[in-house]
Amino acid sequence: MGWISDQIDSIKSLQFRQVITQIVSLGMIVTSALIIWKGLMCITGSESPVVVVLSGSMEPGFKRGDILFLHMSKEPIRAGEIVVFNVDGREIPIVHRVIKVHERQDTGEVEVLTKGDNNFGDDRLLYAHGQLWLQRHHIMGRAVGFLPYVGWVTIIMTEKPIIKYILIGALGLLVITSKE
Amino acid sequence: MHSFGYRANALLTFAITILALMCAIVSLSDNLNSPTPTAQVQVLNINWFQKKPDGDDEVSLTLNISANLQSLFTWNTKQVFVFLAAEYETPKNVLNQVSLWDGIIPSKEHAKFWIHTTNKYRFIDQGSNLRGRDFNLTLHWHVMPKTGKMSADKIVMSGYRLPEAYR
Repeated sequence: MGWISDQIDSIKSLQFRQVITQIVSLGMIVTSALIIWKGLMCITGSESPVVVVLSGSMEPGFKRGDILFLHMSKEPIRAGEIVVFNVDGREIPIVHRVIKVHERQDTGEVEVLTKGDNNFGDDRLLYAHGQLWLQRHHIMGRAVGFLPYVGWVTIIMTEKPIIKYILIGALGLLVITSKE
Repeated sequence: MHSFGYRANALLTFAITILALMCAIVSLSDNLNSPTPTAQVQVLNINWFQKKPDGDDEVSLTLNISANLQSLFTWNTKQVFVFLAAEYETPKNVLNQVSLWDGIIPSKEHAKFWIHTTNKYRFIDQGSNLRGRDFNLTLHWHVMPKTGKMSADKIVMSGYRLPEAYR
């Protein structure tokens, strides 16, 4: 019985204000992260301003685990640019280089063909069945900046979810137990 | 207050801040470099020139490319991606860019090169507009940094006119 009453005492000793303060500070961390992400979305005009390279198809330029900063401006797409695009029927966006551009005289629409620097052939095999060209709406942004290795954190977390849970648990425990 | 956890946290935060700052400075230092690359391209031969069964024109070229891109390299340069594109206008398209050849230059020692090659990627038009067509050969390069901002530029070189008849 002594053990249970000890527990109840320790819960009672948790001061109400302190708990509230901790919840608020946790909320501040989460919301500021969200603000930064949404702010980047507004500045870069891309629905996903930062992407992690997942495959080795652009080696030796981009390796798995590198981070790319995207920008989506009104400027037309030109050959040589590295673009991030979505193909219908594929969930994961692809980062490859534009090798051919055809821009229409009347409508101004562009049709582009991409290729990974490290791949032997162009990307027509990756596109949806029968698709020969990428259009503007497939493209999420062009890569403008580069930061090596940082993306490994997300790769490890998505491939080994248990590490993610341990990390979140440890951080949560730290926030709850820390005094002051 | 001065527990192990707090000290470790402060050290980690400080280390990451310094690292981020150094990356930013290194990336900015690239702006101090003002490169002066040179390049020359010759079309040596038209190997064949035909209309494909689906109606698009296709041509095969033999090219001679020489360039000196050594001034593009700085301490923050991981590699330079260089490609040669044929650029032309047709009644249908304002701009056509077709990459004919590309290469990755891993270091400054390899940045002065001379290559004799046929076009690596197929030179196919969208339609049948290549007979008698003028096109510009443009050498583009994209500098990939070790960290930071990527940059790109190009040299537009002499034009070339394709023959009036298939061969």
